Amino acid sequence: MAFLEVSHIRKSFGNTPVLQGIDFTLEKGQVLSLIGSSGSGKTTLLRSMNYLEIPQEGTVSLNGEILFDYDHPAALRDEELRQKRLHFGMVFQSFNLFPQYNVLDNCTLAMDLLAKDQAKAARQRFDQAAVHKANQEVAKGILDRVGLSTKLANYPCELSGGQCQRVAIARALCMKPDILCFDEPTSALDPELTGEVLKVIKSLKNKDTTMVIVTHEMEFARNVSDKVIFMADGVIEEEGTPEEVFGNPKSPKTKSFLAKSLESI
Amino acid sequence: MELILEQMPIVIHSLNVGFLQTLKLFFITLIGAFPLGLVIAFGSMSPPLKYLTRTFVWVIRGTPLMIQLLIFYYFPGLVLGNPIWGGGESGRLAAASVSFIINYACYFSEIYRGGIQGIPVGQQEAGLVLGMTRGQIFRHVTLLQMIKAIVPPMSNEIITLVKDTSLSRIIALQEIIWAGQAFLKSSQGISGAIWPLFFTAIYYLIFTGLLTILLGKLEKKLSYFH
Repeated sequence: MAFLEVSHIRKSFGNTPVLQGIDFTLEKGQVLSLIGSSGSGKTTLLRSMNYLEIPQEGTVSLNGEILFDYDHPAALRDEELRQKRLHFGMVFQSFNLFPQYNVLDNCTLAMDLLAKDQAKAARQRFDQAAVHKANQEVAKGILDRVGLSTKLANYPCELSGGQCQRVAIARALCMKPDILCFDEPTSALDPELTGEVLKVIKSLKNKDTTMVIVTHEMEFARNVSDKVIFMADGVIEEEGTPEEVFGNPKSPKTKSFLAKSLESI
Repeated sequence: MELILEQMPIVIHSLNVGFLQTLKLFFITLIGAFPLGLVIAFGSMSPPLKYLTRTFVWVIRGTPLMIQLLIFYYFPGLVLGNPIWGGGESGRLAAASVSFIINYACYFSEIYRGGIQGIPVGQQEAGLVLGMTRGQIFRHVTLLQMIKAIVPPMSNEIITLVKDTSLSRIIALQEIIWAGQAFLKSSQGISGAIWPLFFTAIYYLIFTGLLTILLGKLEKKLSYFH
């Protein structure tokens, strides 16, 4: 059984079908890139895995546990949803950092709140100061990995776009997600800042970090991915290794998309 | 001029008493309208209640506060035959407080709604994917951003409220304008003096000046992020 299994995901906005039956699997430690034109459903697929959208059909299971099953909507209660969401981390196109918190607090806020709720649920004593300090140490280590150890006390408005996105990556990693999702992480960045973010994402690649990346950076997708899915009109048009999809695309839609995105102006 | 200086201590004392009543109404209104406004704001954003609360806000904002004061004060006694406010000054203050709280809560609710809806939806989504509950997101993420966004329009309303309290004169609440006007007829040995009425403006001016400074400080304190 694969680590992540997504089956028959369907989703419409009003009368517009956006996802028309998506099936794919992913192994632990693999990097999957979702490519395709705007409007092909990539972002909606990613958001469906994070429960930011609720699919109208299908299942998502992780490590054998069914996280989402449309036929059993009972699992959609807020508290359960929260637990299930934590399996996935999400990095947004527009960063979505919390502006009133500095870099370190952006990373520790959700960790602290979760620890408090878990202690409460287990009826354990909760030492807020000690937990916060421990969380800060974890966050500092992760911020160091993304090259921001000198910016801990800065506020998001004092950082460049690339630095903001690296904070957002660190913030997502702090929650120790099983799968880290990126929704066009460099689309809001100036070209000279794109590189630093892509480098960080690439540096995360190891046997324990599973990633799903929606991207328009074809070179990056080709270099970093173990698997590439090309989506068009809400279906998976083509999938395979980067060599297969980029080197030897079979579908005419894939060919035309790749030709357009690689053509120089 | 000499006469005014002679009258000054008596007038100041009387105006101070009136201004105390003004301040009471002002603070009671804020304390009541801040939370009630938030409740109405959530009401006008939730699908089932939306039409009810928005109609309510329309009626309250669409009619003069002076009329509302009269209705709230006289309606229970004259129409329902149950004068719940009693006749004294405390009854008038209670009636005025209820009218002001409801009226200002409706204005505040629209400011809150603007503040809440002005926060990018990405903030909520970021909180959700980090495993935060909606309550936690409101308290720890959106609330402060909302406060920052609403300080300037709120300041406007708060300063207007200082002066609007004088409307409660219509139900004979003994606030500062009432106290100033009393010297026109006769009060504490002084009669036919119109200057105390104009003098009340100094009180409003100083108080709104203080509020402007305070609210400006709050705005500045929140300017560390954007």
